[in-house]
Amino acid sequence: MRDVVIIGYGQTKFGELWESSFRDIIVEAGVKAIEDANIDGKDLDAIYVGNMSGGLFIGQEHISSLIADYAGLTPLPCTRVEAACASGSLALRSAYLSVASGHHEVVLVGGVEKMTDVVDATSAIATAADQEWEAFFGATFPSLYAMMARRYMYQYGLTLEELSMWSVIAHDHGYRNPYAQFRFRTTLEQVMKAPPVAEPLTLMHCSPVSDGAAALIVCDAERAKEFVPKEEMIYIRASTQASDTISLHSRESITTLKAAKVASEKAYKMAGITPDKIDVAEVHDCFAINGLILLEDLGFCKKGEAGKVVAQEKIRIECEDFVTVNPSGGLKAAGHALGATGIRQVGEIYWQLKGDKNCKDRQAVIKHGYGITANVGGSGGTVCIHVLSNNRNR
Amino acid sequence: MVVRSWRHIKERYCLIGTRCKTCGRIFFPSRNICPYCRRRGELEDYKLSGRGKVYSYSVVHVPPKELEMIAPYVIAIVELEEGPRITTQIDCKPEEVYIGMPVEVVFRRIKEDGEEGIIHYGYKFKPVENQ
Ligand SMILES: [Zn+2]
Repeated sequence: MRDVVIIGYGQTKFGELWESSFRDIIVEAGVKAIEDANIDGKDLDAIYVGNMSGGLFIGQEHISSLIADYAGLTPLPCTRVEAACASGSLALRSAYLSVASGHHEVVLVGGVEKMTDVVDATSAIATAADQEWEAFFGATFPSLYAMMARRYMYQYGLTLEELSMWSVIAHDHGYRNPYAQFRFRTTLEQVMKAPPVAEPLTLMHCSPVSDGAAALIVCDAERAKEFVPKEEMIYIRASTQASDTISLHSRESITTLKAAKVASEKAYKMAGITPDKIDVAEVHDCFAINGLILLEDLGFCKKGEAGKVVAQEKIRIECEDFVTVNPSGGLKAAGHALGATGIRQVGEIYWQLKGDKNCKDRQAVIKHGYGITANVGGSGGTVCIHVLSNNRNR
Repeated sequence: MVVRSWRHIKERYCLIGTRCKTCGRIFFPSRNICPYCRRRGELEDYKLSGRGKVYSYSVVHVPPKELEMIAPYVIAIVELEEGPRITTQIDCKPEEVYIGMPVEVVFRRIKEDGEEGIIHYGYKFKPVENQ
């Protein structure tokens, strides 16, 4: 397997982008990534795109052809990858494997979702759950995570205050991110007293409906020297994935994501590190409870302790004795444009490890040079993990 | 959608799942392969009692379009006596439900299909009386 590096990243703002179309936003992100990597369209060997549901949200399938077409990149092979909210990182993993294997050298990886054109987003999002045995009976997507939260509270004594602190910190981080959907601060009281969505979760425990696109350029490490200086390359040290049952009720435990545990353990092994070497993480907080559960499943704290860690505000950018979590604001504040999220998470870590000017107002302390992303599909049926390194401490 | 609904009558109306003769595990909804025994597994129909306890729950305030009429409603994962867990509505007031609440199956109208006007039936659970 060859070393694979990221040499460029670009994204649109996430949010309600009423003036832009699906085509507009993915092309904007792709062009920014290509410019950032200092490559030309003719250097590319392939395109991979993560997208959950062009069919339901904009009535358009076959978006692989559409994107190659409107990016002016035909006849490059373009492949669309789908795994609900984990579509983006699965597209990156496909690109990574194609470069690591030696088949491709320079690949454009995008993620895109245009969610605000549709009327009943709740029903469209619910297709990430089991349609016949969850959604049919009235389970909405937030209610599945709400049932995880309720059970977690019952088993580990998590309080609503502890859970709500997640959202307060997310907004403090997102406030400093110009690309974030929500750039305002919030308080514990505002989070807890927001309108209920699925009890015990309020609107302020839930990530928003978003439009957005993000794109990365991944490249063979040798070939990359042609485009950027070595200190601007960020290495992909692990790319792993695991699956679990599509329905939440079929799992032995609903207070852990087994697929996240399995995939992250593999990722640490592949990268040759332990969780304490991670400086910065972007985790999939589609709902606040998932942020807490992922802190445990990624090995940053023990089972049942995440509530205390969050209440003590250890995940903040300013806190130096714990991993910085979601400096971008996470899905909660930066926005959750389903298929784009996995790419946006990796893009944030790429910026953080590089010390890029794009994250100057929210730069985490980088001691060991490692970052991790955890991207979750559905209620945990797919989890994809990437470990990145700036390779300066090896 | 009509065919898809009709195909599930046995399960949704009669709560029939499957049992693996090899390892004794019971599954609901039914499966064609036992994930534990795979090719060594042998599956047969198995009628569930319809009694169980609330394993976790939520009260849905933002429903899909076709359930707007009944919101807020209680959604839960119920652990059946025989072991399997299922997702279902609980026919009770939001303030009544709790983890561990004994419940039993009832058959109810679940929703109406907007375009075709088809009424879908299936199970809900209700609190066991005289507890
Ligand atoms: Zn078996």
